[in-house]
Amino acid sequence: MAETVRDAVIIGGNRIPFARAHGAYAKASNQDMLTSALNGLVARFGLQGQQLGAVAGGAVMKHSKNFNLVRESVLGTPLDPKTPAYDVQMACATGTEAIGSLANKIKLGQIDSAIGGGVDSISDAPIVVTDELRSILMEANRAKTMGQRLKALAKIRPGHLAPQAPDTGEPRTGLSMGEHMAVTAHQWEISRQEQDELAVASHQNLAAAYDEGFFDDLVTPFKGLSRDNNMRADSSIEKLAKLSPVFGRDLGDAATMTAANSTPLTDGASAVLLGSEEWADSHDLPKLANFVDYEQGAVDFVDGAEGLLMAPAYAAARMLKRNGLTFQDFEYFEIHEAFASTVLAQMKAWESEEFCKNKLGLDAPLGSIDRSRLNVTGSSLAAGHPFAATGGRIIAALAKLLHGKPGKLGFISVCAAGGQGITAIIEGR
Amino acid sequence: MAKDSYTDFVNTGFGKKITKALGLPQPARLRRYRPQAPVIEGPVVLLGSSGVTDALADRLLGWELDVRRHVGPREKIAAVIAVFDSAHSPAELSQTVLALGGLLKQLRPSGRVITLFRSPDQTEDPAARAARKGVEGITRSLAHELRAGGTANGLVLQEDLDPSAPSVAAALRFLLSGRSAFVSGQFITVDSVNGILPEDWALPLAGQVAVVTGAARGIGAAIAGTLHRDGAQVIAVDIPDAGEQLAAVANDVSGTALQLDITADDAAERILTHAQQHYGRLDIVVHNAGITRDKLLANMDPSRWDSVIAVNVESQLRMNRTFLNSELFNRAEDTVGPRIVSLASTSGIAGNRGQTNYAASKSGVIGMVSASSAQLQARHGTINAVAPGFIETEMTAKIPFATREVARRLNSLNQGGLPEDVAETIAYLASPAAAGTSGLTLRVCGQNLIGA
Repeated sequence: MAETVRDAVIIGGNRIPFARAHGAYAKASNQDMLTSALNGLVARFGLQGQQLGAVAGGAVMKHSKNFNLVRESVLGTPLDPKTPAYDVQMACATGTEAIGSLANKIKLGQIDSAIGGGVDSISDAPIVVTDELRSILMEANRAKTMGQRLKALAKIRPGHLAPQAPDTGEPRTGLSMGEHMAVTAHQWEISRQEQDELAVASHQNLAAAYDEGFFDDLVTPFKGLSRDNNMRADSSIEKLAKLSPVFGRDLGDAATMTAANSTPLTDGASAVLLGSEEWADSHDLPKLANFVDYEQGAVDFVDGAEGLLMAPAYAAARMLKRNGLTFQDFEYFEIHEAFASTVLAQMKAWESEEFCKNKLGLDAPLGSIDRSRLNVTGSSLAAGHPFAATGGRIIAALAKLLHGKPGKLGFISVCAAGGQGITAIIEGR
Repeated sequence: MAKDSYTDFVNTGFGKKITKALGLPQPARLRRYRPQAPVIEGPVVLLGSSGVTDALADRLLGWELDVRRHVGPREKIAAVIAVFDSAHSPAELSQTVLALGGLLKQLRPSGRVITLFRSPDQTEDPAARAARKGVEGITRSLAHELRAGGTANGLVLQEDLDPSAPSVAAALRFLLSGRSAFVSGQFITVDSVNGILPEDWALPLAGQVAVVTGAARGIGAAIAGTLHRDGAQVIAVDIPDAGEQLAAVANDVSGTALQLDITADDAAERILTHAQQHYGRLDIVVHNAGITRDKLLANMDPSRWDSVIAVNVESQLRMNRTFLNSELFNRAEDTVGPRIVSLASTSGIAGNRGQTNYAASKSGVIGMVSASSAQLQARHGTINAVAPGFIETEMTAKIPFATREVARRLNSLNQGGLPEDVAETIAYLASPAAAGTSGLTLRVCGQNLIGA
């Protein structure tokens, strides 16, 4: 038995450009997109015919027919079909959870190589029939005679036929994620100006990174799209200031959340290649960074004790303590921009003496995060947010940023539906 | 790629009858290379008598070919190799050339005529040079005369070159095989004894690492596929916008995809870094990427002019400087060093209306290649160019039907070439066996009537 754990190395990543829902990828399925992201990764690193330890990932919006989404996607790539694959689902933290758990398997020596990632499509989301219609159809299915079947089917009424599209509302509160966030933003007094500034920075950083060729080895075009089509390089505070709020409108003039400082519904897929040091070396592959650690968190949001998207604030405190680190030890921060106010509320919480003392049980606040180190190549407000694909986008980009900076650390925070979240640490090499 | 329905029609019984009666062009189905097939099937007749002829006979017998000095009057033959190296004046050509003439009617479809002679430039004797130049005239005219997919090409040896040099063998094998299906009326020069023959002729690029620019589609994708088939590991390069097709090509050839713009200042460094990381070596660079921005010069604008020059030739010049200064690309093994093959064009040789920018860039490539040759040869390497004529690609499929139909037939083989034909020639020039051939621009054009 191995006495100590070994490094889990991030070798590289690939994603398809993210597309606003019902646009460029309107006719692509989750499996099409994930397969394309995997094919691009295989091509970038010459993995044709390789048998990997595991491929894990998932989708938040998933058809029941896609019960083996990742395995089916792997079978559509040039990877060795003997590569096992499985689905993971943890809302918007799906990709990060998949990659984090694969990194753990590598650290423990259970596997030597892996791909983690995720995909989501709003354009190809499953449409569900009403519970009443489903119950009648199941009854007809169980019927033994034609008479019984007709009797069951005769119960169908026009009202049963309306399809139900999925929404991103919280089942236990009936509120959309945006409405939840509006409450939290209001509580933390996050101003409209701050949110718009964060959104503009996201677009400008993403556009600059594309122009510098930063994404040349992180993104492979798909269906004619070569850059994220939500990106607005010419975004400005003035333009954003003209938009009306879309969430928290019951707050009246205090409503701050607009379509521009919230992420749009997006289609896309991402994948990250991981391996042990030995595996990377023996396959002549680069070693960008180590996946050091990650932490899941969850909060009690149902009765309003905590904001829906505040779980990463708690997970971060535990993760930093376990690793003996402070924010001052980090070179770059990647805080997923579900909404601009999500990022700002988390950062305010970490700066708050009261929050850190009462909620996190710390003697002193975790402190502030240097904005010049935050989401430096853009984040979800600009790129968009295909739920399960966001983790892979962030981890690959951050690993590339830290490559060539041995020992420098990167911090990741991703909030998720259901009052959950994940934080992670990666280290350059 | 546009379908060549006429060639399909001519190659049916009825179509052949009609088109022959009307005196229309008779494009044949060309014999193309297959790795498991013999070099050429049927008797290969050697004409001429000298030490060179004996050396060639030994080589061909080593390949288990049916080598003959004489054949019966009705026997079908696959190829004739006519050796003229002992002709010191034009009058001395007649015996061999007339013997050759007597055999042409016995040549099978996709037959081969190869003339072999010493370089005309390397004799100052007027009669000897006249004889050698005479062989060029014979070869070109024969290429026009041959039918049924037959080709005629010349193999030009430097003055004192040992005919058993590896690159003589490589050129002979290329010209006899289906690899040279669309090469006719051309001359391959062998200048040195550099080169290593492959252990397995089916894998002439075994162990080699090659980078191909513009690999996402068309000729570039065919080059990647052919180099891989010949045993090379391939780095497929194209602009980020072409990444989806590039990934498909890289996966098809079990290679790696590298998305970058070759006009970027650091393009060559990034290729070297990638090659170092993934393969630890780089042996072959194929500069295939190119663009057209056609416009009459009278209507030319700076962006059309500058972009064509930047992509098609300036990028190659810049990258070659970096490659040649790098340790990775300069590792010479025995008598083989780095090899560069650039895509020129028959437009660069003959010019083309509306293509001043493109022709400037492609003529530029030809100049670059000849001027860089000494530098490469000093490293036991080579640099050559390949100039395609009318090739059936997505690009030429966009030419209006009538223009395309005329362009296709304007060569001695009466048809367009395939991307594979260009790729086969590049693979040959890039092979360690061909290291004795450098500074050449070899046309793959079916002896296009334009720019001959």
